[in-house]
Amino acid sequence: MDSNSLLKLRQTYNRTRRWLGLVSLAAGLLAWWLAALYGGLPAFILPSPSDVWTRFLRALVSGELARHTGATLLEVLLGLFFGTTFAIILGYILAKSRVLEQILSPYLVASQAVPLVAIAPLLVLWFGPGIFSKILIVGLIVFFPVLVNTVFGIRAVPPAYYDLMRSLRASRRQILHHLEIPAALPIFFGGLRIGATLSVIGAVVGELVGANTGLGVLINISRGTFDTPMVFVAVFTLIVLALCLYGIVAWMERKFLIWQEHISNN
Amino acid sequence: MPASSPNPILVADKLTITFPDGNGGLHALNDVSFHVQVREFVAVLGPSGSGKSTLLRIIAGLIAPTHGNYTFASGQSPRIGMVFQQANLMPWRTVIQNIMLPLELQGMNAAEARTHAQDLIELVGLQGFEDNWPRDLSGGMAQRVAIARALIHDPDLLLLDEPFGSLDALTRERMWMELSRIWQARRKTVIMVTHSIEEALFLSDRVLVLTQRPGNVKLDLKVDLPRPRKDEMRYTAHFGKLAGKLKDAIG
Repeated sequence: MDSNSLLKLRQTYNRTRRWLGLVSLAAGLLAWWLAALYGGLPAFILPSPSDVWTRFLRALVSGELARHTGATLLEVLLGLFFGTTFAIILGYILAKSRVLEQILSPYLVASQAVPLVAIAPLLVLWFGPGIFSKILIVGLIVFFPVLVNTVFGIRAVPPAYYDLMRSLRASRRQILHHLEIPAALPIFFGGLRIGATLSVIGAVVGELVGANTGLGVLINISRGTFDTPMVFVAVFTLIVLALCLYGIVAWMERKFLIWQEHISNN
Repeated sequence: MPASSPNPILVADKLTITFPDGNGGLHALNDVSFHVQVREFVAVLGPSGSGKSTLLRIIAGLIAPTHGNYTFASGQSPRIGMVFQQANLMPWRTVIQNIMLPLELQGMNAAEARTHAQDLIELVGLQGFEDNWPRDLSGGMAQRVAIARALIHDPDLLLLDEPFGSLDALTRERMWMELSRIWQARRKTVIMVTHSIEEALFLSDRVLVLTQRPGNVKLDLKVDLPRPRKDEMRYTAHFGKLAGKLKDAIG
């Protein structure tokens, strides 16, 4: 087979693969619909896709959905921002100081052994049902993966590059800017991708424990009133939120790491 | 050692270094003394483990000697251009951006640095590859970029640490011709570490032979082959005689 027809085959395969995903989604939706229609379950146990869709439109028009989504999004973004910022700063310091790493690592490891879901009620009790406790929870959940990947990223810089920079009499700051940041970026992004996904979980956990607004609150309220279609709407909104965050990080990764082979080949 | 050195740019005096290893220390260099003249190409030859790379790292200012010292003609720390065994190109910078790095570190703006880098691109014969990523380059091409990067800031001293050690034999020999031509064009003071007798003779004006650890200068041989160096010279009787002397010194 010549390379041209091989290429064509590959394109067809890629196109088919993309279609397959959509087909699979449609099939799942259809299965859900059939189950709701003929499953004999009441609507407050399993609403049909059309129930969910109408509930979605109503919540959209009333502004209810936007209000709760906005609250969750704000918590997620602020938590991500503060969690990532502190993780980067501490990660850089730890990467540079083995002594400090040894002093702090028992606390860091222990902090990871504590399930955040279990201490979320405590944090809400201490810091109130407002936005602050949610930012804290999101920040804490994001902190560790970003921290670990920052440390590994900086540590992974090959020593030969430091020799090169020092032979050129580069300053500490220049080494950071021209060497350590770009070299650590691929591993750092791995941590941020995990952090972005976890951040949504963190916000919802906080809201379920105690809050006034947010998608977690919406789920709680709707469940209490047997408004199951609304629970579905809230859950789907959370999924879309998490996917968007993941997509943004992946997009940034592609933009900043264009030099990596597997990225520019895609 | 030529005592009548008219114009030494570098004087190394009894350089000694011991690395701590928990067992009395690893004695890598012992009383290494030599001069390097301005625009001289000096090769440092020695068996592996003779501390020749360590010597280069001391001169580059990357590590400090345990005893002894070295002084530069200018009295201050010189501008260094260094080429390592691996090209050490930054994978997130394109070819031309890699070459520009030393100028950027000196604070030159990008546009001006780019013009300078373009000259170097032509010098090392990489026209058309300016905007390629390092991962697209062969070993020989990557090392050309590394040489261009080491030259762009007009260094007082060019330090080459087995620059062709990771290349295949054919590419290496081609790079000798290239380096010889580049040196002819730029006339830098060069110190090159190598374990190849042929490479040392073909490129340099003088060869210092270091002994097995702890390294010490065993022979200081002047290479009186005419310049520009030609490939055929490697097969002459005189080249063979010089090679014999170096071989005997290495032991």
